[in-house]
Amino acid sequence: MAVINHEAELSRAGANITGWWSRILFFTRRYPLGAVGATIVLVFILTAVFANFIAPMDPTATNARASLAPPGGKYLLGADFMGRDMFSRIVFGARISLAVGAGAMGLGALIGISVGLASGYLGGWVDLLVQRLLDIMQSLPLLVMAIVMAAALGPTMRNTIIAIAIPLVPTVARVVRASTLSLREQPFVEAARAVGMGELRIAVRHVLPNTLAPLIVLATAQLGSAILVEASLSFLGLGIPEPYPSWGRMLSESAAEYVRTAPWLVIFPGVAISLTVFGTNLLGDALRDILDPRQRT
Amino acid sequence: MGSYLVRRFLLMVLTLFGMSVLIFVMLRLVPGDISDILVNAAGIADAKEKAKIAHELGIDQPIHVQYAQWIGGLTRGDLGYAYVSERPAIEEIAPRIPISAKLAGMALFFAVLIGVPFGVISAVRQNTGLDYFLRVISLSGLSLPSFWLGLLVLMASVHWFGTIPIYSNEPRSFLQEVALLSIPAAVVGFRSSALIMRLTRSSMLEVLRQDYVRTARSKGASEVSVNYDHALRNALLPVVTIIGIEAAFLVGGLIVTETVFNIPGVARFLVEAILWRDYPIVQNLVMLIAFVVVVVNFLVDMAYMALDPRIKFAE
Repeated sequence: MAVINHEAELSRAGANITGWWSRILFFTRRYPLGAVGATIVLVFILTAVFANFIAPMDPTATNARASLAPPGGKYLLGADFMGRDMFSRIVFGARISLAVGAGAMGLGALIGISVGLASGYLGGWVDLLVQRLLDIMQSLPLLVMAIVMAAALGPTMRNTIIAIAIPLVPTVARVVRASTLSLREQPFVEAARAVGMGELRIAVRHVLPNTLAPLIVLATAQLGSAILVEASLSFLGLGIPEPYPSWGRMLSESAAEYVRTAPWLVIFPGVAISLTVFGTNLLGDALRDILDPRQRT
Repeated sequence: MGSYLVRRFLLMVLTLFGMSVLIFVMLRLVPGDISDILVNAAGIADAKEKAKIAHELGIDQPIHVQYAQWIGGLTRGDLGYAYVSERPAIEEIAPRIPISAKLAGMALFFAVLIGVPFGVISAVRQNTGLDYFLRVISLSGLSLPSFWLGLLVLMASVHWFGTIPIYSNEPRSFLQEVALLSIPAAVVGFRSSALIMRLTRSSMLEVLRQDYVRTARSKGASEVSVNYDHALRNALLPVVTIIGIEAAFLVGGLIVTETVFNIPGVARFLVEAILWRDYPIVQNLVMLIAFVVVVVNFLVDMAYMALDPRIKFAE
């Protein structure tokens, strides 16, 4: 059982730490790459939330005279074929990425936790059935599963979130089930039962919180994959529909045609995707080291 | 051992059966079918004409009848007819398989060639500048979308060579084919190499701490011999698993990379078929992918057992 104990770690390091600020400084020194990741993710989230204030122009406003304007001047990162400001589109693209990424991760985690908890806690034929179902879902790669789901549901924002969330479910369910299996044999579960607690309450109040550490690590990793899958789906024309400025879609519009004539249309959206996913990966690695010491490398 | 194999085999069949039902039902949930698209494309708004097309394609029959026809055909090696080209699906799919298989094989080769040695170096030089540098590179490999990496490669080749490497259906020689496929293969393999490198590193770190490594060192074995002969052999076990999983999961990377480089492989074909609602192609391709994944997983388990005599599966 992974108990999160920052205090012990802090005192082991011999640090005299009080207050949030010095705590942040301590972890920054200890996990420099994680701090970089956290900063990138924070900037990403703030950009998404305050997109209206950051973007200088309407991301969907077209302007024939600015078609394919190069970076610089009024158009900081240039303009696309329809004369839409790339900087504003990338800023608003953060909102789409965050909404789909966090939405898919949250929905996938919610279903995965319920399924995994039920499967591990109840056992028996429920467990058997769930495990076989997860086997089936895992016989397709994440992107292939998402493509088929997205095609089956149709291209809207909500459906894209569902299409990405469902393929994320098996991993979450397996992680929760594995910890639940060992947790349900622990004395504290027996004690809770002895004092007359209901099974559902035991599962949710006592077993679930103890599976959180590996879950947080997994969720961070899945946020990165969800953003990547959204970009791939939109790139292939199966994801977020027009006129939303999705980073992946911006690359599919500009793709090979503009490689020659307007490279900024190809470079900037890709940088945005890569940097964001890179940040979540860095943060995920640091969180794993902090929360799940058994996997520490 | 024998009964374990039988159980594994039955589970494989069960998984594939479940997948076939799942994909079949899911495809029929798609709003609009091929008859809508064909009718729209031809500009016909006649309901009778549309019903005729649906009847010819057999998509007006109840779903369980359609399913039985499909599975019955599969067992005889008949995959049905593609809606779009009206040719047997097998003739559409089969010639594209070798292209994707070659691409995947080269990508994997590239991934192992880069991933394993750099993973070892990173572990041996743990917490040095070189280790940090390699870790950041490998993490970036997991963060770059492969279609973007592909576009960057195209851009670079336009910039420096003035042309885009175009895939040719009939390469003049084996060497030319390898040369043409190697760039997209490297693009697909970059991600896998990053994954393999990370796993090799953490697995090596674990092994390097063990007593027998210290023993080897204290009896005077050279650093190279300790790292590669003693440690790497045992560290490779989990790496074999990830290589197997990646081999199957490369398909995801292939889909976007084949699209970017305009390579007529099965992965890109899947997306085209989905956009056209070409059910016979989609369901057979999905089954092909699931089959490859399931079989590769099985082979990896077997390899694991062969490589590590300590592993004996229960029953």
